Amino acid sequence: MPEYEPVVGMECHAELLTNSKMFCGCKNEFGGEPNTRCCPICLGMPGALPVMNREAVNHVIRTALALNCEITRDAKFDRKNYFYPDLPKGYQISEYDKPIGVKGWLDIEVDGQVKRIHIRRVHLEEDTGKLFHVAGDESFVDLNRSGVPLMEIVTEFPPDIHSADEARAYLMKLRTILTFIGVCDGKMEEGSLRCEPNVSIREIGTHILGTKTEIKNLNSFRAVQKGIEFEVERQAELTEAGEKIVQETRGWNDAKQITFSQRSKEGEQEYRYFPEPDLLPLEISDDWIEQIRLNMPELPDSRKARIISEYGLSAYDAAYLIEEKELVDFFEETAKLSGDAKLSANWIMSDLARLLNTDNTPIQNSPISPAHLAEMVKLINDGTISGKIAKTLIEEMFTTSIAPGLIVEDKGWKTIKDTGAIEALVEKVMADNPAIISDIKEKGLMQKKGFLVGQVMKASQGKADPQDVNRIIDEKLIG
Amino acid sequence: MSELFQLSAVEAAQLLQAKKISSVELTGNVINRIEDVENRVQAFLIWDKELALSQAKVVDEHRMRGEDLSPLAGIPIALKDNICTQGIRTTAGSKILYNFIPPYDATVVNKLKQAGLVLIGKTNCDEFAMGSSTENSGYHTTSNPWDLERVPGGSSGGSAAAVAAGESLLSLGSDTGGSIRQPASLCGVVGMKPTYGRVSRYGLIAYASSLDQIGPFGRTVRDCAALLNLISGHDGMDSTSTSVPVPDYTKACESDVKGLKIGVPREFFAQGVSGDVDMLVRAAIEKLCELGAEAEECSLPFSEYALAAYYIIAPAEASSNLARFDGVRYGLRTKELAGHISLTEKTRNEGFGDEVKQRIMIGTYALSAGYYDAYYKRAQQIRTLIRRDFDRAFEKFDILLTPTSPTTAFKIGEKSDPLAMKLADVCTLPVNMAGLPALSLPCGFVDGLPVGMQVVGKPFDEETVFRVSHTYEQASLWHTSRPLL
Ligand SMILES: [Zn+2]
Repeated sequence: MPEYEPVVGMECHAELLTNSKMFCGCKNEFGGEPNTRCCPICLGMPGALPVMNREAVNHVIRTALALNCEITRDAKFDRKNYFYPDLPKGYQISEYDKPIGVKGWLDIEVDGQVKRIHIRRVHLEEDTGKLFHVAGDESFVDLNRSGVPLMEIVTEFPPDIHSADEARAYLMKLRTILTFIGVCDGKMEEGSLRCEPNVSIREIGTHILGTKTEIKNLNSFRAVQKGIEFEVERQAELTEAGEKIVQETRGWNDAKQITFSQRSKEGEQEYRYFPEPDLLPLEISDDWIEQIRLNMPELPDSRKARIISEYGLSAYDAAYLIEEKELVDFFEETAKLSGDAKLSANWIMSDLARLLNTDNTPIQNSPISPAHLAEMVKLINDGTISGKIAKTLIEEMFTTSIAPGLIVEDKGWKTIKDTGAIEALVEKVMADNPAIISDIKEKGLMQKKGFLVGQVMKASQGKADPQDVNRIIDEKLIG
Repeated sequence: MSELFQLSAVEAAQLLQAKKISSVELTGNVINRIEDVENRVQAFLIWDKELALSQAKVVDEHRMRGEDLSPLAGIPIALKDNICTQGIRTTAGSKILYNFIPPYDATVVNKLKQAGLVLIGKTNCDEFAMGSSTENSGYHTTSNPWDLERVPGGSSGGSAAAVAAGESLLSLGSDTGGSIRQPASLCGVVGMKPTYGRVSRYGLIAYASSLDQIGPFGRTVRDCAALLNLISGHDGMDSTSTSVPVPDYTKACESDVKGLKIGVPREFFAQGVSGDVDMLVRAAIEKLCELGAEAEECSLPFSEYALAAYYIIAPAEASSNLARFDGVRYGLRTKELAGHISLTEKTRNEGFGDEVKQRIMIGTYALSAGYYDAYYKRAQQIRTLIRRDFDRAFEKFDILLTPTSPTTAFKIGEKSDPLAMKLADVCTLPVNMAGLPALSLPCGFVDGLPVGMQVVGKPFDEETVFRVSHTYEQASLWHTSRPLL
């Protein structure tokens, strides 16, 4: 069997974070009672006209710059004509031949290898409503989402992506960039970031592109990866069996982890694009672009490099923290307040991450604030509490949101500084274990000392400093 | 004294301001006139006595309290039925909107309400403004007040006929290829299409968005100027409306054409223009020259292709603009329900008339892949060339004068050939393609039927258009003639 390689193009749609919809004053928010966030404009009433939301255009320019695109100065809007009950005007206002951003790229890292993925275009269009089919022969339309600004990002053709892992890395990187620059909340499960990969395969070493299929309803990174993997395998099997691959749109069934045929691309819609006469071309000036460039937040790649050099983090830790803007924000705040970046990172990536994950809480809603976590790190570093106590403390902080200092005070979890008290405990443990003492003293079995330390720590309920305990036991054994 | 309905709007406004008459009296008189002649003219699709009188009463109360009122406060006005009016049925002359009551006012309607004009009704038009006679209306055909067996022109035929018949002092129409000027010409009134972008299109049910423009009808040039004052200006709801300052157009209505350079484009006197029309327009130009203007023949060679290009661009835009009438959210919905595709197909098949269907098909075809470059793109290129023709002419001339319509009003049912009907707009179409301001005013009669002259100006130079038109009007006095009804 010859070896096949996947060829994957990525078409992503991001709902933009704007206050209002793209052409009217209606609120741009997720959810809401059906048809409550609508007006004559987004309902496509006769005589209603669109007025461009500049914030949406700014978001697309910002994205195009972040993706290293060239900006089309005379970008314009076009009508994409087709009939569907969720499309009130009978056309979607989109950009056809002059998208705002063209010829961009982003870098991904897979197995330690950096790869550049080229981007063909970034454009702005309006979202449609939603059609609901109910039991019986009725359907309902909700137009709350109609006219919400939607950004489309398409990778270059022929595609650079040749594995499901690369596709996933691309999508994760794209999501990171979009959330870092604040243009999209990146919630795949709510559909505010959607991805439709098109997949074909070819024999390794050849350059002929095979028939491609497009996969829809992938609403997680995992689904994107699994969907592509499934599709590649399916296509390889068909090819081996000498069967033809049909150009079509395939849906993803997440429960069965398979793709299934949705509709054939043959006899495809003819959209009859033409320039939107109700809107003027954009005329994007140098000043406009410069203004956006000046206010551009730090992008993931440069922020990653910075936190490595500034805080001495490992590349692994930095990559982990950079995945979510809120996470790296949380880290930086904690690191600054605690003065110990490495320890802050460790606690965020281990115990806090576990607690958040179990509780299904995003970092931005963490019951432990960066200030509290920083205070805890400081308590560890100045010896007020032991690392062992901290493990219990963080759980308490997570459930109560109370400052760690108060909890430690309240529970009496401070490390015992009083050497007299530790001496007393050491003496008691030594007295209780004469056999061990003689093993150490007479047979020189020093490894048994650990048992004594453990017993003392246990007796102190973890509050003694193990170093103190070690030192005092040594003194007693010699003495 | 003649009856109030015969007054020009500016005359009536002076009487109102002097408190010699009330708006209730004036409006009542106009309503009486409607009750008297409307069964013969049929200018309206809907009119409402109570609604009109209640608005008039409010204006009178404001006036009695000594409030500051706009110059046209209390004057009755009729609106073409493709202009949305909140709470009042708006059909655009189409069966597909037989039950559509807009929850919003068009921007021009807002402005008229602010200015205290009295809305008396919505006027008949060709369906979605596609036609030149009102015969394409989904409801009925309006008659020309000068000869009830003839058409009033179109598509704003109802608005022109209402003003001509004394059923309203003023009205608004919309003009995509001549839909204000041609009926103004055929009905012997003044009608103006402003520069594209001068008046907001928000709330105007779109036919061809890049060509549509709302404009005034009146019995005098000054009436139109006063009404244009009220509806012009930038509107945040229409991105294609411009922020070019709006001067007081009534101030431009003065008699002075000394040294004015008139261009007479020969192509507009050629194909299909009747000898009588040709003669009357030339006589009008002669008159202006007697008053101090200088006229010279010129050429706009690409205007010959305007008709062909227009019938690509306008249907292309229309095919898209009319896609929203799908039976899902408002208007007609077929009773034969079965799946959303057939719902849309059947609704549109039942709701649209033949002319509309034909233009949707032409437009759909022209935008299709493989034909776009040959039709739509080529038509846009021609449009650019037409615009350049005008630019060049305006380097030399202040104004261009042409016939408005090649002929006087034709008989209802006479033009069964759709192409013959479309030729009625041959003199007006090029002006829309170039987006220029143009006005039609009476310049004589042939066999008792009015003839109109078209006055075409530079972009946003409505003032010169008004000045030339007013000068001729005052020197000719054609505007004082009234049809016998
Ligand atoms: Zn809205």
